[in-house]
Amino acid sequence: MAPLQELAKEYAKARRDKKFRQQVAYYLREYVGRPTPLYFAERLTRELGGAKIYLKREDLLHTGAHKINNAVGQILLAKRMGKSRIIAETGAGQHGVATATVAAMFGMECVIYMGEVDMARQALNVYRMRLLGAEVRAVTAGQRTLKEAISEAMRDWVTNIRHTHYIIGSVLGAHPYPVMVRDFQAVIGREARRQILKHEKRLPDVLVACVGGGSNSIGLFHAFLKDKGVRMVGVEGGGRGIKPGDHAARFQKGGSLGVLQGTRTFVLQDEDGQIMLTHSVSAGLDYAAIGPEHSYLRDAGRIEYSYATDPDALAAFQYCARVEGIIPALESAHAIAWVQKHAKKLGRDAIVIANMSGRGDKDVMQAAELMKL
Amino acid sequence: MNRIDQKFRALRTLGKKGFVAYIAAGDPNLKQTGALAREFERIGVDVLELGVPFSDPLADGVVNQLAAERALKSGTTLRGVLDLVRNLRRQGCEIPIVFYIYFNLVHRYGVKNFAKEACRAGVDGVLTLDLPPEEGAAFQQTLTKAGVHPIVLIAPTTPTNRIRTLVKQAGGFIYYISREGVTGMQSKVATTIRDRVAVIRQYSKLPVAIGFGISNPKQARAVAMDGDACVVGSAIVNQIAQNGRDAKKVARFVAPLIKEVKR
Repeated sequence: MAPLQELAKEYAKARRDKKFRQQVAYYLREYVGRPTPLYFAERLTRELGGAKIYLKREDLLHTGAHKINNAVGQILLAKRMGKSRIIAETGAGQHGVATATVAAMFGMECVIYMGEVDMARQALNVYRMRLLGAEVRAVTAGQRTLKEAISEAMRDWVTNIRHTHYIIGSVLGAHPYPVMVRDFQAVIGREARRQILKHEKRLPDVLVACVGGGSNSIGLFHAFLKDKGVRMVGVEGGGRGIKPGDHAARFQKGGSLGVLQGTRTFVLQDEDGQIMLTHSVSAGLDYAAIGPEHSYLRDAGRIEYSYATDPDALAAFQYCARVEGIIPALESAHAIAWVQKHAKKLGRDAIVIANMSGRGDKDVMQAAELMKL
Repeated sequence: MNRIDQKFRALRTLGKKGFVAYIAAGDPNLKQTGALAREFERIGVDVLELGVPFSDPLADGVVNQLAAERALKSGTTLRGVLDLVRNLRRQGCEIPIVFYIYFNLVHRYGVKNFAKEACRAGVDGVLTLDLPPEEGAAFQQTLTKAGVHPIVLIAPTTPTNRIRTLVKQAGGFIYYISREGVTGMQSKVATTIRDRVAVIRQYSKLPVAIGFGISNPKQARAVAMDGDACVVGSAIVNQIAQNGRDAKKVARFVAPLIKEVKR
């Protein structure tokens, strides 16, 4: 607990420090490639025959997903705190790659924990992390995906706490992590808000993003929370359908308030409080809990949550590639699946921003197998 | 009087150190856990720590993770572990029992309900692994009111001012974690124990038990000398993994540990 309090204190200081903020902004601009475009998806809009669809192109960032926004912020904080070793968990591998990347750039030792199942389905990212000089440790406990990787990273952290900083990749874990990761990702929404006002001279009607732990979604939504007319939709991993063990949709059946990995939030659990198995075709959404702020905003009625099944997401994956020439990450494809389903109903006057949180290169092998390409 | 208090009072009178044994309840099954509890009482284990199996045991090393997996596979639930304690008490087993538990299980069961039933069943203390004092004050009070001691963990990284806050919520004994990290056997014992225990003693009169990483008689004696008791977990759990269906065999591993601590 004491190290968490120290981190919270240091982060609160850094957040008020203009120099720190400038440093983060500098690396995001010069190294990561911000701002990302808010791209009007013209053909997608025409084909779906309804709402005007914009894509926030986080997939164009260095390393290929929004995860790098947070990795940059946290490694600068770690440096400020005098830490010499970085650890992280990863599901889809994008956060692992982002962390390995910034660790390489700042010359820090880096260990990434990844479930064995995820290492197989996201093999490309394992090679990338190794190439970047990180050690990837396979996690073989439990169902061998993101949840176990987080537990193992937390075990490492308490063991090496004095010189190690743990860069959590999503809005999860104990305070200050959910707040800190949200702040570092909120740049997505700040840019999108400015950009849509410029393009359209008005705010959008709907924001949509996929939700695993929930960092890309809260990143997009945060700047719009006070804009009452803007509807926000988080899309969870519906897996093989809403049956126990077959999905990762925490706000559907099976999800209830619980405590996992330092957070009180909605968790998929059984009646005894044991955490349930989850499934999603997308490693980044395959997790039993959701960021606590999502639970709060859901209960407050500010964000609504939906889900897309594996087949929906795979169909959207291919559709987006063929219609827009953009191969989305399987995670982001869940948001596209929602857009596909709802664009027409929303009508031509509506404006939708979907977060293209990452690109799909990492998923091509898996998709090829599943879709018999 | 709470069995933990009775036990440490007796130890103090005798001028002896205590021995705390940790096992995972339900590994390999609850019936066998009952047999182990009675056997441990017979050979002189002072306090029995029962791990209630959880699917995601964040604070545990691999030995205890696997034990929890085996326990869950044998169908162990919190309700089942409470029933086990109730039965042990009915059979006249009076060994002090501490639950080692992750908060989600309590949360799901209902905090008040859990405290009430733990007391009724004959549980003497509850150690909640993942509940910091900032969030846990209400639960700890509920336990205390029910007559169950909240056992508090103190780590080598816990600053002095925080020790002060923590001991205020504590009952029974203080559990000092001998080193940074998770549960599991280690070849070396940390060297900072004595200093930190001295700090704890400034703020609390409760006995101090020292655990995490203690696996052989020599280490057990060394840490027991630095405090009032030592805790051995993974090393015993490891024995259960191999000989869990034979309580006598496991006891033959534990007896020399006790002997060395009491010498």
